[in-house]
Amino acid sequence: MTTLRFSEDHEWVAVEGDTGTVGITNHAQEQLGDIVFVELPEIGRQLAQGEECAVVESVKAASELYAPVSGEVVAVNDALVDTPETVNSAPDTDGWFFKIKVSAPDELTDLMDADAYAAFIAT
Amino acid sequence: MGEKDLLITPLHGLHRALNARMAPFAGYDMPVQYADGVIAEHLHTRAHAGLFDVSHMGQIRLHGDDRAARLETLVTGDIQGLAIGQTRYTLLTNEAGGILDDILVTRYPDHLFAVVNGARKVEDSARLAAVFGADCEVRGDDALIALQGPAAARVVTRLAPAAGDLVFMTGAAMPIADISAVITRAGYTGEDGFEIAVAGADAAGLAALLLEDPAVRPIGLGARDTLRLEAGLCLYGQDIDTTTTPVEAALTWAVPKKRRADGRFPGAEVINRQLADGVARKRVGLRPEGRAPVRAGAPLTDQEGRALGQVTSGGFGPTVGGPVAMGYVAIDHAAIDHQVFAQVRGKALPCRVSALPFVPQNYYRGPAAPR
Repeated sequence: MTTLRFSEDHEWVAVEGDTGTVGITNHAQEQLGDIVFVELPEIGRQLAQGEECAVVESVKAASELYAPVSGEVVAVNDALVDTPETVNSAPDTDGWFFKIKVSAPDELTDLMDADAYAAFIAT
Repeated sequence: MGEKDLLITPLHGLHRALNARMAPFAGYDMPVQYADGVIAEHLHTRAHAGLFDVSHMGQIRLHGDDRAARLETLVTGDIQGLAIGQTRYTLLTNEAGGILDDILVTRYPDHLFAVVNGARKVEDSARLAAVFGADCEVRGDDALIALQGPAAARVVTRLAPAAGDLVFMTGAAMPIADISAVITRAGYTGEDGFEIAVAGADAAGLAALLLEDPAVRPIGLGARDTLRLEAGLCLYGQDIDTTTTPVEAALTWAVPKKRRADGRFPGAEVINRQLADGVARKRVGLRPEGRAPVRAGAPLTDQEGRALGQVTSGGFGPTVGGPVAMGYVAIDHAAIDHQVFAQVRGKALPCRVSALPFVPQNYYRGPAAPR
């Protein structure tokens, strides 16, 4: 079973077992516009919730990603390095950034479910 | 400035109808991009034709006797040497040789027509009025529409056949689809194209006519910036300002020999001394060697981390297909292909000093002119 949660920084994390996959939301990619560069965290890096962990650059500006939950980076989506535009075309699927081994599952309660995030971006 | 204080152009309703994403620019609520997005808009302009609302820019007519000689007391260019219908890029300077604005001036039979930057038009108007008094006529209600790209000539000449007689950096008054206009063959993209000045009340109708052609798409300020950066053109307030001189900015071609000799413009002494003795820094093109964009404000250093200057414009060049930038570097690091390092998020990103422009210029210089 997958638990999908959203941060106020417009990231999603899909947790299955103890592993979370992290990306940016469709709303975020729409706001950013054409994405031309991503910088991914190193595998093995320990992240604290809220820590800057990746960069996404559109034609217009650079933005940071913040770890939605704490844990160790266990995989990164290397394909984005050569095809960053995948984040625009498939933000929820092929445009994922990295996978994290969740060390504090309780932190998921700090995040929003899909309905709460939809309400959050509507305001 | 709050959003409620923003000015709007005569094409504001069109931008909203086209679902543009709007943002404040030069005091105006302006379109940053339309539905296609910056990269698609940029590539469309280079391949076909893009329509830009540049009505935020200032349009000023200068009248009276000796108007060319009087304007020369404020700018670096040879204005008296302009033929009727000829357009020149020139610089307003201060006493320290700093650049107050970069402008286009066209000579018409009974006046000079200046197009100045939107963010500088209040200051420029005051400076011009101090010399010209009532002979300085600010055309505050006029609109300016740019049509840029290889299809621009076909589209414009269908509605204004006389525009086909214009070559790059010339202009003329003529009707376009029965609308009274002043059309200049110039632009800010590196492509062939036109800037069309019309009364504000006529602007929406003209824009709609131009957009009827399937080759024409509306283009926002986002793509305008990537197009001008690839073309190596300066953005006032970013690449040039009062702290940069024409010599440092590599714009000495805008200070012709005749004006260096007469020295009758503000800052001539400083600029002539720099021309003779050299300068400590210079504006150059920069090609980051990796994929990461290098943006305005990034410090530039040598390999050991010693400060060399800073990036003044930078981002992704859609036609180049990678990051492009320009900035100022110490003069002994300004040679083409020299390696410098941009400091971005704690990393030193290698960049090569590059010739400008980054893409070939496609200006129309006449039927028989050699390329």
